Amino acid sequence: MSDFFAMNGYGFYIWGSYGLALLIAIVETAMVRHKRKITLQQLRLMRDAGEEE
Amino acid sequence: MAINWFKYSAPSTFYELAGKLAPWFAWSSAILFVIGFYIGFFVAPTDATQGEAYRIMFIHVPASILSMFIYLIMAGYAALGLVFNTRLSSMMATALAPTGALFAFLSLWTGALWGKPMWGAWWVWDARLTSELILLFLYIGFIALHSSIDDPRRADRAAALLAIVGSVNVPIIYFSVKWWNTLHQGSTIKFTGTSMHAAMQQAMWSMVVACWLYAIAVVLTRVRSIILERERGTQWVSELEETK
Amino acid sequence: MTPRRKKTMYIIIGALAGLGMAVGLVLYALKNNVSLYFTPTQVFNKEAPQGRNFRIGGLVEAGSVQRDPDGLRVRFNITDTVRNMPVIYKGILPDLFKEGKGVVAEGKLEEDNVFHASEVLAKHDENYMPPEAKDALDKAAKAQAAAGAASAVPAPVAPAAPAANK
Repeated sequence: MSDFFAMNGYGFYIWGSYGLALLIAIVETAMVRHKRKITLQQLRLMRDAGEEE
Repeated sequence: MAINWFKYSAPSTFYELAGKLAPWFAWSSAILFVIGFYIGFFVAPTDATQGEAYRIMFIHVPASILSMFIYLIMAGYAALGLVFNTRLSSMMATALAPTGALFAFLSLWTGALWGKPMWGAWWVWDARLTSELILLFLYIGFIALHSSIDDPRRADRAAALLAIVGSVNVPIIYFSVKWWNTLHQGSTIKFTGTSMHAAMQQAMWSMVVACWLYAIAVVLTRVRSIILERERGTQWVSELEETK
Repeated sequence: MTPRRKKTMYIIIGALAGLGMAVGLVLYALKNNVSLYFTPTQVFNKEAPQGRNFRIGGLVEAGSVQRDPDGLRVRFNITDTVRNMPVIYKGILPDLFKEGKGVVAEGKLEEDNVFHASEVLAKHDENYMPPEAKDALDKAAKAQAAAGAASAVPAPVAPAAPAANK
């Protein structure tokens, strides 16, 4: 198992690459979801304030 | 049954469609990532020259391909928006930019982590690497220009021009390894075929498709928020169930 | 469109057109200088800069690598199969540095006609295969080379030298 993670000495480079890819995927997914939540919230606020243009 | 494609160019119908499709793309992307990773690390053999380090390719190549293709699609949408003044195309261009920028960054990052152990350098000012860096700057420029102009329609037009002018960079990236002496090796995926072992190819193509599906899922979700933001105040948005 | 907006649009269009032209001109001017390195033939033809640092690239000539007893200094020849350039380098070589493989060295051509490298980078090709397949290919290439030599036909130039043909 530790052999697998060592990748014959290239572990740092390989897992550094896949690690960032995973991080980007997680962060970007969270960001688009958050943006959707915020957008919907704002729309509700606008409606509640009766500010429809 | 004839499908009315123009129907889907209306933001309201596209909003619904994107909402239905996005989860499917997301889940199939996750499954393909697992398959690609499994083939890439447990089936694909060690490379004769590069040992295990070549496995960075399975993320580096998809990231690079996506960064270039997303740019062309973004420029295409931007051009459509500029010429036909269609609202949805400009929104799609805006939604594509951040994902493209992230893929460009990932391509440079994985390239550095691959270059250090194999070439002996994190970075070289070689034509391939430099033009990919310019691609990242073009994405950042597109996003910055778009967000710096308050009127969204004007922002669309200005950013569209930048995107169109910048698209000359994409063929330069692809052909740089042919046109000039570069440290970066030639293209593994050529129009004439691929110089790679079968299992390695399967791993790489799985990852390429997984990245595509991921990009589509994220962009569709992002464009839905952009549609809502820019169409707020319209009848159909105020009638939407989720805003109540 | 209001006159003010029209003016802004023209400014943006003008700026972008200017940017596009600038990029085009820069690329045109750099057409020959974008290349990362010179080949030994180019150096021989005095196309490389004289008296200052530049990069030279090609293949490490088979059988040319000599390590000094102190273990750090290495001498080898860079070849593009037409011309050779002797190189001397002191430092750590990358993992992929091997005889017959691609290499790019940065340094200066000194009076002694030896290239004194300050940095040596390995260049690998775009072919990926397991060791067994590589062995089989190497054997086939050797057999072909032997057959070629027997019939006095020059052996085909190694396919690993895309760097040499610009």
